[in-house]
Amino acid sequence: MREQRLLLRRVVFTLGVAVLAAVYLLPLMYGLSMSLKTRDQIASAKLSILPLSPRTWEYEGRQYDLYEVPVDGEVRILAMMKRGRTSSVFMDPQQPGEQIVWEGNWRTLDRVWKVDPQWSNFAEAWKATKFPVLLKNTVLYAVITTFGTVLSSLLVAYGFARFSFPGKNVLFVVLMSTIILPSAVTSIPTYAMFYFLGWVGTWLPLMVPAFFSNAYNVFLLRQFLMGIPRELDEAARIDGAGPLRTLFQIIAPQATPAIIAVALFHFFFAWNDFFGPLIYLSGKGDLYPISIGLTVFNNMYTSQNHLIQAAALIASVIPLVVFAFAQRVFMQRLIDTGVFK
Amino acid sequence: MRLWEYRWGLAFIAPWLLGFLIFYLFPMVASFVFSLLDFSLADPGATTFVGFVNWRRAFVEDPEVLASVGRILLFALISLPIGMLFALAVALLLHSRYLLGTRAFRTLFYLPSIVPFVAAVIIWQGVLNEHTGWINLAIEGITGLDVTGTDGIRWLADPRLIYFTYTLIGLWGLGNTIIIFLAGLQGIPIELYEAAQIDGAGPAQRFFSVTLPLITPVVFYNVVIGVIGLMQYFLPPYVINMGSGFPNGMTNFPMIYFYRQAFTYLNMGYGAVIAWIIFFLGLFFTLILFRTSRYWVFYAGGGEES
Repeated sequence: MREQRLLLRRVVFTLGVAVLAAVYLLPLMYGLSMSLKTRDQIASAKLSILPLSPRTWEYEGRQYDLYEVPVDGEVRILAMMKRGRTSSVFMDPQQPGEQIVWEGNWRTLDRVWKVDPQWSNFAEAWKATKFPVLLKNTVLYAVITTFGTVLSSLLVAYGFARFSFPGKNVLFVVLMSTIILPSAVTSIPTYAMFYFLGWVGTWLPLMVPAFFSNAYNVFLLRQFLMGIPRELDEAARIDGAGPLRTLFQIIAPQATPAIIAVALFHFFFAWNDFFGPLIYLSGKGDLYPISIGLTVFNNMYTSQNHLIQAAALIASVIPLVVFAFAQRVFMQRLIDTGVFK
Repeated sequence: MRLWEYRWGLAFIAPWLLGFLIFYLFPMVASFVFSLLDFSLADPGATTFVGFVNWRRAFVEDPEVLASVGRILLFALISLPIGMLFALAVALLLHSRYLLGTRAFRTLFYLPSIVPFVAAVIIWQGVLNEHTGWINLAIEGITGLDVTGTDGIRWLADPRLIYFTYTLIGLWGLGNTIIIFLAGLQGIPIELYEAAQIDGAGPAQRFFSVTLPLITPVVFYNVVIGVIGLMQYFLPPYVINMGSGFPNGMTNFPMIYFYRQAFTYLNMGYGAVIAWIIFFLGLFFTLILFRTSRYWVFYAGGGEES
């Protein structure tokens, strides 16, 4: 009896949370719904989730709209051949040729709808945003900077985790304090520097700094490396391995989970990066990443909501797929770094 | 042996050290120097030293700077409490022992944070559309009021609503905050709840005397991160209307104004001043949070025994 009550409570509670989650995710459904409609369907402002089109019937080479017509106490689906204010002429698609005259205002009749998803919107958005170019730029940026930041952050983290040198603690505090420095403060001189180097309008200002490590990633990797027993390093050293070989052959394999987490997180950061590409690639349409290309598209195609929503969904596919494969790493890493004990 | 270790240690941290000098230290010093110059990248040759003219302009002559600071403070005052309460409420639901399939729900609530920021803003922009967006259509369907017409609810165009609208959009970026809250809740020792129950505390009392005090460190962490992030709020207003400040300049936040001065007008000197204002704004509130933390943040195992 008590167990049953508990189970009931659990089911009711879980259902409540499920409803909340559904509401929270509703905008995704909206995006999908809109991206499958035509412009007219959106404008007609019907609160229909499904993309509907009016059904038509072809007769002697012409299309006629279908209506639900009450005839002799039953509702029949008839094609409207001639519209009139007080009476209209219909025809039953089942019995072509036979005309039915219906008395009344045709505007009171309901049309017959059919589900008609416009999959072509996705193809159109794909072309209109030049998505292949955006995708290529984004993937290139994400892959190169992920490689750069993982490699350099691993070296730096190893330096902080395993070696003592003068000023080490002060330097580490300095490193941590750069995490909270707003990018605005450094962005102007950095921009000026790259401007005089002639790098503005290329990807270089966005890619090169990644090879100088990133404080957040260093912090995360150092935490992990400090948990790896020092005996491993010492054993490698006795076997005659230098520090670099020790790091890459002995320590890095041990730190794989942390490395994967850093790589994943940086990948998502790069995918979303906005301000950097905005200032360095301004006006260079063929270099835009997805984030900028999508923004430009959004402001150019304001009246084409179905295409805008389709483009937004296309842009979300890869991150969602990556997340589906790597969600456990995600959650764990957040918990590792998010809460300071 | 020592010297060998010093050398290797410094060699390993060299990438960061170089990066720090080139991309942090030099730009920070340069940023201060720039703020004393009349310097435009449109005409670098005409750069002149002007002293504190840019600073005076920002604080005295140009009302837009302080106005933008006021805007972001008002927005933070609205969106931060709502966002934190929402994230904490979701975390509590996910933490509840009555929930079946916790992991699936955790993933579902994290999902919107995975949608690329720009795509998420665009989707919300559609949902909030006054004529065809689902929010207004739902309100109209439920209440029967005409809210999709010309004098309906204009989520993105009404200056009185705009900060609530952006707060709503912001609820989709709270995945990390929710997970961190959840981790904090999971870190509370179960014995404390058992002890409270033995002392006769009901669910509400258990929440206020055990849960809430023990997650204050996590609240503190989330608020600090939230404030620092909010001071640099830029992307949604830029994606929705190119940082025009629409409606009524309400979305002319400091970072938007900074972008316009520095990278649209190429006023590097004046832009640097605004950048410093953004920096000090974040620093100021972070310090205030740290200073007041001992009055409201409870660290278990530290301080007095209670």
